[in-house]
Amino acid sequence: MSAAHDHHHGPAKGLSRWLYTTNHKDIGSLYLWFSFAMFLLGGTFALVIRAELFQPGLQFVEPNFFNQMTTMHGLVMVFGAVMPAFVGLANWMIPLMIGAPDMALPRMNNWSFWILPFAFAMMVSTMFMEGGGPNFGWTFYAPLSTTYAPPSTTFFIFAVHIMGASSIMGSINVIATILNMRAPGMTLMKMPLFVWTWLITAYLLIAVMPVLAGVVTMMLFDIHFGTSFFNAAGGGDPVLFQHLFWFFGHPEVNIMILHAFGVVSAIIPTFARKRLFGYDSMVYATASIAFLSFIVWAHHMFTVGMPLAGQLFFMYATMLIAVPTGVKVFNWVATMFRGAMTFETPMLFAIAFVVLFTIGGFTGVMLAITPVDFQYHDTYFVVAHFHYVLVPGAVFSIMAATYYWLPKWTGYMYDETLGKLHFWLSFIGVNLLFFPQHFLGLAGMPRRIPDYALQFANFNWISSVGGFLFGFSQLILLFVVIKCVKGGKKATDQVWEGAQGLEWTVPSPAPYHTFETPPDPKLIHAQ
Amino acid sequence: MLSKAKLWLSLALSTLLFWSAGLHAAWDLNMPRGVTQMSRDTYDLHMTIFWWVVAIGVVVFGAMLWSIINHRKSKGVKPATFHESTKVEIVWTLIPFLILIAMAIPATRVLTAAYDTTESELDVQIIGYQWRWEYRYMRDNMDEEEVSFFSVLATSREEINNGVEKTENYLLEVDRPLVIPTNTKVRFLMTSADVIHAWWVPDFAIKKDTIPGFINETWVIVEEPGIYRGQCAELCGMEHGFMPIEVHALAPADFQAWYEEQQAGVRQIRELAAAEMTMADAMAQGEQIYNRNCVACHQPGGVGMPPVFPALVGSAKAIGDTAVTMDTLVNGVPGTAMAAYGRQLNPIELAAIITYVRNGFGNSAGDVVQPADVNAYIQEGQ
Amino acid sequence: MSNDVAPRNNKTVVRKLLLAVVGMFAFGFALVPLYDVICDLTGLNGKTGGRVAEAEAGLLLDEQRQITVQFMAHHNAEMGWAFEPSVAQITVKPGEVNVVSYRVTNPRTTVMVGQAIPSVAPNAAAAHLNKIECFCFEEQLLQPGESADMPIRFFVDPEIPASITKLTLSYTLYDITEKSNKAQAVAIR
Repeated sequence: MSAAHDHHHGPAKGLSRWLYTTNHKDIGSLYLWFSFAMFLLGGTFALVIRAELFQPGLQFVEPNFFNQMTTMHGLVMVFGAVMPAFVGLANWMIPLMIGAPDMALPRMNNWSFWILPFAFAMMVSTMFMEGGGPNFGWTFYAPLSTTYAPPSTTFFIFAVHIMGASSIMGSINVIATILNMRAPGMTLMKMPLFVWTWLITAYLLIAVMPVLAGVVTMMLFDIHFGTSFFNAAGGGDPVLFQHLFWFFGHPEVNIMILHAFGVVSAIIPTFARKRLFGYDSMVYATASIAFLSFIVWAHHMFTVGMPLAGQLFFMYATMLIAVPTGVKVFNWVATMFRGAMTFETPMLFAIAFVVLFTIGGFTGVMLAITPVDFQYHDTYFVVAHFHYVLVPGAVFSIMAATYYWLPKWTGYMYDETLGKLHFWLSFIGVNLLFFPQHFLGLAGMPRRIPDYALQFANFNWISSVGGFLFGFSQLILLFVVIKCVKGGKKATDQVWEGAQGLEWTVPSPAPYHTFETPPDPKLIHAQ
Repeated sequence: MLSKAKLWLSLALSTLLFWSAGLHAAWDLNMPRGVTQMSRDTYDLHMTIFWWVVAIGVVVFGAMLWSIINHRKSKGVKPATFHESTKVEIVWTLIPFLILIAMAIPATRVLTAAYDTTESELDVQIIGYQWRWEYRYMRDNMDEEEVSFFSVLATSREEINNGVEKTENYLLEVDRPLVIPTNTKVRFLMTSADVIHAWWVPDFAIKKDTIPGFINETWVIVEEPGIYRGQCAELCGMEHGFMPIEVHALAPADFQAWYEEQQAGVRQIRELAAAEMTMADAMAQGEQIYNRNCVACHQPGGVGMPPVFPALVGSAKAIGDTAVTMDTLVNGVPGTAMAAYGRQLNPIELAAIITYVRNGFGNSAGDVVQPADVNAYIQEGQ
Repeated sequence: MSNDVAPRNNKTVVRKLLLAVVGMFAFGFALVPLYDVICDLTGLNGKTGGRVAEAEAGLLLDEQRQITVQFMAHHNAEMGWAFEPSVAQITVKPGEVNVVSYRVTNPRTTVMVGQAIPSVAPNAAAAHLNKIECFCFEEQLLQPGESADMPIRFFVDPEIPASITKLTLSYTLYDITEKSNKAQAVAIR
């Protein structure tokens, strides 16, 4: 550190450190803690759902409250837990990975985080308003979310606007950082895949978040200003809502999983002690998935009655996604093949990710087949599919990332025994929770219902047990992280024997300011 | 919400109940094959794709498992250094692509067949409402009696609220099922009167959204007489889980007999509506209608769930001017969940439910509203 | 990359990206008319249009084919009017101009304004069902207890796919009293 620059100080003390911080590591931590809190909140909503579905009949909640639970669970998990977690990881790791001193736009970084808690406070507060909170599902199809919505919908719309603004600012920051702040010698094709997936998804976010903002703005106008974007009475069309929503929504779900690909592509080579297989094709596959995600949105709407030609186009385009996704899975397997593997907690989560995400991918191919989708659509089969992709997919990758980089963040090794316990309980729990839902969907159970016919009782019971097991296992993660922050075995700079990359060249814990002078270009290797 | 102790007790009890209810609780793992050519094609396609992905899964997970077992550091292996191979990568891009083409061909064939709605012999309109279905049989000319009716969940609130034991077709039974002939191409024209619903019968492999303002169509040829059940598949508000579909498929001759009986019923109701109704009759019939149509929102005893669903006990709209009660029931209350029952119930039923609301739950308007009054109101607005 | 270059680069990047954000927001709204254009072209969701002058002159008549046109009337749940077609179905020749009417009654004690929204099935037929005159082109105002016969003049374009022998024209009637200018005009009077 150079003494000539007087702004090179350590962190401020107390609350103001966190309120005013422009340090990428502080903001990363804020995002990650916020995401974990939202994960627990959204998880609590999920447990209310699973408790109600534990057996047939209405036991604990009213149907209207149940609908609020499914809606809030989805919104909180997607916008509150998964997205902020990846922004947190980006904040912490992208500057470290590309040898930059900080994010490109530190003040905007602070702002994009601090508007999030307000957005979620506003959204959750709707549940205490007259008529209750949003009860129309996280996809909020019109006219259920416009003409027939509770009065609190206006606040929901503003909350979505704020979340969107936060995401957009985060994405601008990531793009500016990656384009402008790379250390000398860090060419684009030498960047770690996590940086690549973030660069691509940041562009995706910039393309689709404004469309979401547009959709909710149209809702606002329909509700309050008498327009008829989605109301047939005034010449609008409720199906248009779905087209616009999924034009945002499909890239959005791809965004969540592409980040996860980046994380797993960092972890598997480390613990296989072998370079990532097919780095170039990984980059191209990511770009192809991102491109394809723009032309498949209507596969969420196969039952709305599109013309045959439209159905066929969206079916074929959707099936195509399997190709680049397959390339990724094959590359990970090839990376493990003839490596020298060890199975620390991050690796366990990464392997579970590959297997369970692939299962979610398989059901994805099945769902792409339009005529069969008529049977799967809006059933628990779909619920099982996207939860396999998002929970043992995206969420497991976040957990893997947490264990993987925790020693770098805290300077201490986490408790490996507890980490493995957390993994195995989560693994068993998540499969008990979601695997039987495939059977429920195939047997004919629609999604978003608070009560069900008797033939669905068995698997719902099992699913609920799995849900509680998975849910409560997450408290172990909380414990492990707190324990690791407080102390433990000192971590080395490299932490993991097979770890490669700039982030492992700085001390553990990573000092408050890193790479104020660019790293030695000799440290930058091809991935 | 229950107290904590009650919660645990009910969890424990339900576990016991669950095992004893093994009779009902099936372990269905797969999609039904169904009773139409379309449903069998769909099933076969589903299984084809399923075995494809299983085969791919075996290869991929097999390779992974083999690596995990054999290429671990604890076995003292040295990691290899290869990290790319254009040849291999081209191969595993091309093979999935070819497999996808193999999947797309039968999928295209089945989908094209599903879109062929021509040459139908019977057309039925399906209209979704919050939270019931209306079925209307299309006539050839307007002089024929129109057969049309609403189909509402028949499972009682006591069953749903765990007051009594649940019966076999819990939540899958309706008061008036849709009846269609077997071996006949039946075309469904679907729309909605409020939000989007989706009409789904798994045994027919039909699922189609009903969209307000627009019509969708689909078709079915059921081969086996029988009772087929389904549910609304698109979230449509509070009672989305409680608007099942029940279809009775009858042999064509039986269907014809049923249809003529329905037409006779329409004539009969027209005649009966002219007759006088007694207070006792009206109250008895009214209670049944209340329990079927009203109780979900207005609750047993008419106490409602304020502020969203108002109480009926002592309500000015219920016990005040008869015309106001009639207007509320016949036309609904715009902007609220209160539906217009003018077309959902016949004049006799309307008279009964209006009388019941005015004189039930301790209300005492004292008058008996007659079907003729209701008819006059509907036709002339007086 | 030296540190003094980065900030200027950041400004350009941020400016470009913000422009993209604004552009995409506008694109979201542009999709609304774009969607209507696509619907008109494909007949998606039953929107209709057509070659009126030729049909009026009888230039499009195709004597060889017969098509059954069914008529349906629906109400939005909150709409209390009586509404039904005068005929259940008619058989037409492609290119032939026909008139059919719907009867509507306002049984309520207030002035109401209704708007009928058309839809056609199968959707491949929608682009070929052309309405020359239709009550759905305008709002309908009815006094309490008033009835009206509302006509529609239409023809089926001969280019309709040969496989289609039956098509269905449906109207859904909405209560737009609160939004309507007509109702406001009445209220002022």
